[in-house]
Formats: sequence, structure tokens, C-alpha cells
Amino acid sequence: MREWRYWFAEQRGTLLALGIFILMFIIYTSNHPAGLTANVVQTASNKGVLLAFVAMAQTLVVLTAGIDLSVGMIFILTNCLASWLVVGTGIETAFGVVAVLGTGALCGAINGAIVIFGRLQPIVTTIATGAIYFGIALLLRPFPGGSVNEHLADALTGKLFGVVPTSLVVLLAVVLVVWVPFSRSVLGRAAYAAGSSEIAAYMSGVPLLRAKFAAYTLAGTLAATGGLFLTFFTYTGEAALASGNAYTLFSIAAVVLGGVSLYGGRGSAIGAIFGALAFRTIGDLLFVFDFDPLWQPLFQGVVLLFAVSLGAFGLFRVRNRLDWFQ
Amino acid sequence: MSDTTMDRLASHMPKFLRRADTAVVTAFACIILLLFLGSLYSSSFLSPAYLLQQLKVASFLGVIATGMMLVILLGHIDLSVPWTVAVGAMMGCAAAAYGPVGVALAVPFGICCGMMIGLVNGIGVAYLRIPAMIVTLATNAVAQGLMVVYTGGYSPQDSAPGSMRYLATGFTIPGIPNAVIIWALIGAVMVFLLTRTSFGRAVYGIGNRERAAYLSGLDTRRIVMIAFAISGGLSAFGGVLLAGYASKASQSMGDEYLLPAIAAVVLGGTSILGGRGSYLGTVAGVILITLLQSILSVMQMPEAGRQIIYGVVIVVMLLLYGRTPANR
Amino acid sequence: MNEAAPLLRMEGISKRYGGVRALEHADLSVSPGRIHAILGENGAGKSTLIKIMAGVVAPDEGRMTMDGHEVSFGSPAAANEAGIVCVFQELSLIPDLSVADNIVISDPPLRFGMIDRRAQRRIAEEALARAGASDIHPQALVKDLPLSRRQMVEIAKALARKPRILILDEATSALTATDVSRIFDVLKRLRSEGLALLYISHRMNEIEELADECTVFRNGSNVATYAAGSKTDNEVVEMMIGREYSHVFPPKSDRPKSDAAPVLECRKLSWTDRLNDISLSVRAGEVVGLGGLDGQGQRELLLAFFGVLRGLTGEILVNGKPASISSPAAAKQDEIGMALIPEDRKTEGLMLPMTVRENLSFTALDRVTKAGVIDRTAEQALIDDMVKLLAIKTAGLDIPVGALSGGNQQKVVIAKWLMRQPRIILLNDPTRGIDVGTKQEMYQLLRKLADAGAAIVFYSTDYDELIGCCDRVLVLYDGAIKRELVGDEITERALIASALNIEGEGAAMAGEARP
Repeated sequence: MREWRYWFAEQRGTLLALGIFILMFIIYTSNHPAGLTANVVQTASNKGVLLAFVAMAQTLVVLTAGIDLSVGMIFILTNCLASWLVVGTGIETAFGVVAVLGTGALCGAINGAIVIFGRLQPIVTTIATGAIYFGIALLLRPFPGGSVNEHLADALTGKLFGVVPTSLVVLLAVVLVVWVPFSRSVLGRAAYAAGSSEIAAYMSGVPLLRAKFAAYTLAGTLAATGGLFLTFFTYTGEAALASGNAYTLFSIAAVVLGGVSLYGGRGSAIGAIFGALAFRTIGDLLFVFDFDPLWQPLFQGVVLLFAVSLGAFGLFRVRNRLDWFQ
Repeated sequence: MSDTTMDRLASHMPKFLRRADTAVVTAFACIILLLFLGSLYSSSFLSPAYLLQQLKVASFLGVIATGMMLVILLGHIDLSVPWTVAVGAMMGCAAAAYGPVGVALAVPFGICCGMMIGLVNGIGVAYLRIPAMIVTLATNAVAQGLMVVYTGGYSPQDSAPGSMRYLATGFTIPGIPNAVIIWALIGAVMVFLLTRTSFGRAVYGIGNRERAAYLSGLDTRRIVMIAFAISGGLSAFGGVLLAGYASKASQSMGDEYLLPAIAAVVLGGTSILGGRGSYLGTVAGVILITLLQSILSVMQMPEAGRQIIYGVVIVVMLLLYGRTPANR
Repeated sequence: MNEAAPLLRMEGISKRYGGVRALEHADLSVSPGRIHAILGENGAGKSTLIKIMAGVVAPDEGRMTMDGHEVSFGSPAAANEAGIVCVFQELSLIPDLSVADNIVISDPPLRFGMIDRRAQRRIAEEALARAGASDIHPQALVKDLPLSRRQMVEIAKALARKPRILILDEATSALTATDVSRIFDVLKRLRSEGLALLYISHRMNEIEELADECTVFRNGSNVATYAAGSKTDNEVVEMMIGREYSHVFPPKSDRPKSDAAPVLECRKLSWTDRLNDISLSVRAGEVVGLGGLDGQGQRELLLAFFGVLRGLTGEILVNGKPASISSPAAAKQDEIGMALIPEDRKTEGLMLPMTVRENLSFTALDRVTKAGVIDRTAEQALIDDMVKLLAIKTAGLDIPVGALSGGNQQKVVIAKWLMRQPRIILLNDPTRGIDVGTKQEMYQLLRKLADAGAAIVFYSTDYDELIGCCDRVLVLYDGAIKRELVGDEITERALIASALNIEGEGAAMAGEARP
């Protein structure tokens, strides 16, 4: 029985995020005029999956006690790039997909290289690289435009067996193929160690540099997956500054809601996914309750403020005030 | 002692330069470089009129960056700048619509609204121990929400009262724009606060090691809360000045000030981890960024190029003097 | 006297940190099947030498040979490959990972490229059993374990790597007596299996029990190597400090205790499970010591007085009046006048990058400010007084305090509190890691302060200090006062006996110490 207790304690953040999401989703679908239909689920899934990918990307970096303020820009950049490359015949499209994902990986790798080898702080590094990536996105698409291989786009944003949204399946596949192997690999373990205590990790001979580099690069790739999907939904590429900023900031919110500690070393990308989905659903609750859309930003903001304050309840249990301070 | 490239270069430089903070010297050197580059493009670049204009534009960023510096010195960050700026502007303009009393109180009202936001940030960070990044993100979203509701989704209609316009564009001392004087005054107060008061000592102490500051008998939480309130007030004041400059407020007027404010503070040698930095550096950082932005527009560089150059410059400069020392 | 040829040899190793010479042409030989103790004051270079051996830092000069071949280690991982494993004082455990994760962290068992959790669990359980720590659950998160358990995990982790050379750097400081004896059994067994063990410790009795040979370091070089037991303790200490040595403690006060109310008192003080019903009182002019093994509540008691703990039950009285102290800020106010010299000067006592001046005046700023503005002349006067009083050696007042030696850093911590002329002074193991000279100065200072009327509570892990400095010693066990020793009753035997919760003095148990 003690086994369960340990596992439970470790997964607490993720389970909480799952609970919040389920709660929000139930409220959403039960009040939606169309109810719990496949179409409703599909739309919700498509929107949520976008943020989920970016949130996964952010998780990887946050685990190493870093932060990536450029994920939103990588998202936008890969969207613009995809609107050029993911077109044409099957081979060309496949090549396009690979190129887009590769670009994301490259962006992440640049971030990682500057942080690790340049020894700069992640927050300022990624602010600067974010500007660079956005500039490149603007070069690619000064005006919204482009197109995408519509067969692929429709297939991946549609439904499987008429019920299950394909985007969710793709998300699940990415989790199984990317997150699970990484989190259980030596590099993944090392990433957690780096965030938890870099000195101890170094003394223990953990491959710190490689792990951090892998985290940043994978993050870029995941953000690129999100960018790809954005292209599949919108059929265009657009260098939208506001959107990029929003995705960056929301990814941080999703990560926190998902039980990942901003100080590093604790949490799971799965929690961040639920955090992202919950965050999206909350935004949609207004629509469902027929509130004036004017109130949506305020509602979203208040919910965010409330959600992040929840962690403060743990403060009451603190018995030694020194625990408040690092 | 950190062993940066610039430090090694500095050991070869004359003594008076060596004593100054390496980062500040580098920042000023870059300003001179930019002025030189600008003069290559256009001879009027170095004219006093143009330079004063630059200084005026820099003042807006300067006021905002002052607040940001205070928060970064503590080891935190304030991401609520975009909408605090907007709130200051919009609330200031809104108050002016309420008759002569409103007009008189417009500027203080705007600043107070900003301080309220800062206070909420401060309570969240200091007393609820939530990471600053996330609290200020949330308050930014709430502030945005409130303004959207207030304006009904449209652009704000109220125009800026005379007081705001005078502060931003008037000339109390002939030849020097008011905005510059305001920035200078605020800067002087901040320098005094940081170097000659116990509050300033406390800020540096908390930024260095909050635990030790607490065990030394300091009420660290109250100081952090006050600092965030000041930062909010200054951001809002920046918004007030901006509204005065443009004669009205606008929806996303604050968005383009967040990253430059952070960059200005960091390029000026303030450590993002807190506990280290001088205001002179922030001044240099603000002027540097303003000049960079204006050179790029003089060169008629498209937005894409501007963003890229902006990012590259920050990375390169930080690689010169912002690196954490190696481990072995 | 080596039967076996040396396994590892270090010759002419030098290392500098900035202007400080940590090691100066140091040598060391390590042979298999022997336990080699390394002694020396902090700053003598032994920790640096060990770090070089373990691959944590790189030497500036010198060479290392292992099995006759020249080697150099670029990282802890490289040293581990060669069979050199170092156990630090819990610095190498990852707090957010489980015990099992930590034990196998350098070389986890893999299956299809992913970490095999079941195999990992088995390895962890074996390692813990071998180290005598089967009470630790492999799934527990390291950050949830108390310090003594964490040290056991650290040792289990080192043993799991099947080292050829095992280095223990003060690795037993927080262990209970049972842990220590179990570990010693394991180490002796490993020695007979051919392990070479390097043991750094200050505890003479442990070294006596374990070591085959000893090496003393001073000022960055090896000053003597000798067979264990062939020198007296005083000779050893003299080698460590390079001059004549004898414990010099200032004479204790034999003034009659006044009838005034005790300056500091607590009644039935309790806090979670760490403090149980503690009642004590301290009068002006008294130095009261807190004894007992590490982790029995001594630190928590001092924090409780200082207003850092929440959820305290019981009463605290200052000058006979009940006081409700809710923070250090309240504790330092003049009505209460308390000061705390904290446990870790680098993270709790000082802001290392800030200047000596700024650190010195930090606590007493309210005394030199008017309306929030600092009066620099007044500040300077106070600082000058303190620097003189404590003989703080510094190259200037405007250099970072991190550049000072450990002893002088601790002086700054004490000085900054003395500026407030506190009535009650609490000290949390203040002489840990301080050189002998500074220690003597501190003992003199404490006695002077007590004679001037301060009430002092002094927690120390050094028996000599408790015997030499304190008028009374309260020995804590499990959060409660086990025994009070007054005046001549304070002897090492009595301290150890009550620390181990053994009744009576006649018990001949582990740690039968020499004076």
C-alpha cells in the first residue's frame, strides 16, 4: 500500500491538473448548446492541442530550471515556414514536414547552445532569440498567405472513426513517442536532476550539458509540431506577434496549472497538457454560458490568477518560516 | 570574481575606466558606436535637435525601465508592464472626463491604478510566495480584461488632458523636453533610494540572499511588496506620459515596452538573478535601445530586420559581459 | 609500512583560487586494503585535494598516477569510471528524485534505451541493505528524508558503484551512533576485500577506531604521514596548526548568580515533533550550552526563540515577561534584544557579493538612519568600532565579504549583531569550519560578553567547546532536555553518555574518549 502513496505523491501535480480539466470539460459540454457531440469535442480538441504542444515544449525547458520565452515565436515561425513547404506531392509534403520540424529543432538548439555554452540566463536569451525568430517569420510571411497540403491537413484535423479527434490521437502519439521515452531515458532523468540541483547533478556525474541541450532542442521540435498543426487548421502562415506572445505566456500558465514547478526538477509534460486543455476550456466556458465575449479576457485572467494562487494554500502548512526563502 | 571577456580587456584599460562597472562602460561605448554609425547614414543624426528628440523618446522607456530595474534587483521580474502602462494611460484619460477635479487628479489617478496592480503583484510574490513571472502574467491578463470591459472592446475614446500632454511634450526649461526632466528626476530619486537609504540596502540584500536578509531581522516581504507597488506606479506613469505624447491612449500601447525594458535593464549590467546593478547602467541600456531602434528606422529597415538585429545585439552584448562564471 | 604498492599517487599538486593558494606541491599515496585518514584544518587543502582526485576540479600543476599510469579526470564521471568514488556531505543527492533514482544515477540499468525501474529498485534495495540502511524506502523522495537518512543514502550510493578507492569527506557528521557503528563494520569488511579508503574527519575517536595511517595537511601541503596511534592528540593538533597548542579557554565566571529574573526563559515549549516540552532559563552573564547529537532539536530551539518557527506551543519569556516573537525583526527589537548567529554563514549570515561595510551594518541600519536615509558618518563610526573590537582582517571595507577567510567572515556575522548590543545572544554552531586562532578569539569574546551581562545560548558540536566555554550544558535528545550538567559536571564522558541517552556514567560504550 505504501507503494501507491509514493507514486501518488510524485504524480500529485499531474493528477490535480487532470482533475481540473475533467471538471472544466464537464461543465463545458453539459452547458454547450450542442452537448457532448463529436464535433464539439473535435473543435475543442483542435484548439487545445495547439497550446498542448507549446506547453509540452515549455515543460521540457522548465524542468531544467530554465524558461523559454521564444516558444511562441518558434510556433509562429514554423507556421510560416510550413505554409511555404508543406505543399505539393506526397514526397514534397513529407520533406516539408521534416524541414519544419528540423527548423524547430534548430531554433531550440540555438537557444540551448547560448544558454549552456554561452552561459547566459535563459530568460534574457530566449527573449532575444524570440525576437530573431519572429523577424525570420516576418521575412517568410510579411503578409498572411500561403497554403498547405489539404489532404494532410484535413486528415489530421478531422475525426477517426467519426468520433475521436485525430489531433488528440496525434498528441497521444507524440506523448508516447517523444515524452515517455525521454522522461525515462538517462537524458531525461538528467534533465530533472539539472533542475532539481545542478551542483548535486554535476557531482553525481550526470550528463548535464547533453541533457539540457536535448531539452531545449526537443522543446523547439515540439513547438514546431504545434506550428505545423496551426498551419493545418488555418491553411495559412501568418507572422502574428500578438498570437506568438499569447502562446508563450499561456504555455507558462499551462505548465504551472499542470503541476510543473517553475523552479525545475518536478512535474510532467502530461500534467502540462492537461493544464493547457483546462486553460483552453476555461476560456471557452464563457461562450457556453452565453456571457458577453467582452468579458472573456477578464474571466481568463481572473481564473489564471486564482489558479496560480492555489499553490499558496500550501503555505499554511509551513512551520518553519525559513522555508519561504531560498 | 567573474572572468568575462570584457573584464580581461578592462585590465588593460586606464584606471578610471576600470573602476567603473564593466557593463556600464561597454554600454556607453556601444552608444558612442551607434551614434557614429548613425552619423554615417545621415549627417543630421548628431544634431542636438535630433539627439534631444531621442532622449525624449527614451524617457518613456526610461521611466518604465526604472521600475523594472527595482524589481529585477530583488531577483524577480514584472511581466505586467504592458497592461499596467495601458491602465495608467486609459485611467488617466478617463478621469479627465469627469470635470475639473478629474482633470486635476488625472495623472495621480493613473499612477495610483498602476500602484494597485503593483500591490497585487507584490502581495502575490512576497506573501503568497508565487513566482513573480506567473503572478505578473496573471495580473497583466486581469488588467487587460478590465480595460477591455471598460472600453467595450473599442479603442479608448477619451483624449489625454492638458496636464498629461504638458508633462510629455511641454518645455518648462526652454530647450529641454519635460519628459527628459521627469526621467532625470525619477532617476535621481531612484539613485538616492538605492544608494543612500536603508530601503536600497535592503533591496540589494534581498536580491543577493533573501534568507540572510530575513535572518538579519529585515521585513523582507514588506519591502518586496513595496518595490512591486513602485514598479507598477512607474509603469503607469510611463503610460500617462505616452498618452500625453500621443494625445490619447490606445489598446496595445504597452506591449512594445516590456521586452525593451527588460533588455535595457540587463544590458546595463543589472544581473537578472538580482542583487547586482547600478542605475547608470539602466540609463545606458535605455539610451542604447532607443538609439538602436531609431537607427533602424532611419535606415528604413523593415520590421523583420529590426527584430532580428535587436535580438542579435542583445545576445552578442550579453555574451561579452553577462555570462555566469565557469564552474571548474 | 605499505605491504601493497600504492594504488594512487598524487605528486606536486598545486591549485590556486584567485589569489589564494589552496594547494602547494601536495603529495599523497593511497594503498589498497588500508584506511587512510586525512586531517587538517579547514582551508588546509584536504578538501581541494580530494576534489581533484574525484574529478570535481582540475589541478594547476602536478600529476596523478593510478596503477602506475598517469591519469587525469575531467569530471566526476571520469573519476568514477576509474573506480574513485567520493561521498560528500549530502551534496550529491538530487532532492526531487527518489532514493532508488539517486543510488543508480550515474549508471542506471537500461532496457531498450529507457531506465529499467524494476532493476533499479532491486539494485537500490541491495545497496541500502549493504550499507545497513534497509529502513529507507527506495521510492521515498530524498528531500523528504532527514539529514541522517540522506547521508546513509549517499553512502549506499557510493558503495553501489563498487569503488576501488572510496573517499569519505566528513560524511558521518549527522549519523546516529548505530548508523556509525554499522558503517564502520561495512568499511572494515570492504578494507579486508581490498578497498582503499580515504577518511576525512575531525573526530579523533573515529579516526582511532578506523585508520591504519594518517596524513596531516597544513597550508596546502602534506606535513606528515604516520601510522595511526603513533602520535598523541596534542601532537596531531600541533602538526595541524603548526605551532604549540593547548586548549585555552578563558576562565569561567564564578560570580554569584543574581536573583533577578532570568533574561530568557521558556516553559513547556513544543513544536511539531522536533521540540518536546522544553523548559529552560538563562540568566544574565550565563553561557548555557546545548549539547547532544546532531539533529536532536538544538537548531530548532534557537530558531524557536528567534521567531522563525510557527505553531509553537508553550511560553517564551524575556526578562520575566511573556514575549510573542513572530519574526527575527521582532526578536531584534530593543525590548527583546535578541541576536542569532545562524548555522550557515554563507547562505544565512552574509550576503557574499556585498561589501564588508554593507554586511556589517545590515542589522543595525535603523540605528544609523534618519527618516530612512543612512547617515554615513555614524555608520562608519560603528563599523570602525566593530572591526577593531573583533580584529577583523580585511583588505578593505569595500571588498565583497566573500573574499574574506572563513574565520573573518564569521567575525563579520558576529560583529553585525554586536552592533545592536544584544541582551540575548544565540549561537548556532559558530565555530564550524573556523581556524583555531579565530576560535580562541571567539571564546574570549563570548566570555567578555557574558561578563558584561549578556545571556548566551551556545549550540556546539564540539565537546571541548561545551566543556571550556559553558557554565551549564543542557543535553538534548529527541527534542527534549535529557540532562543538565553544571560546572564541573560537564565532562566529555557525561556529555556523550547523555547524548546517547544512556543512563549513568559507568557505561563503557562507543566513544570512550580521551580528553
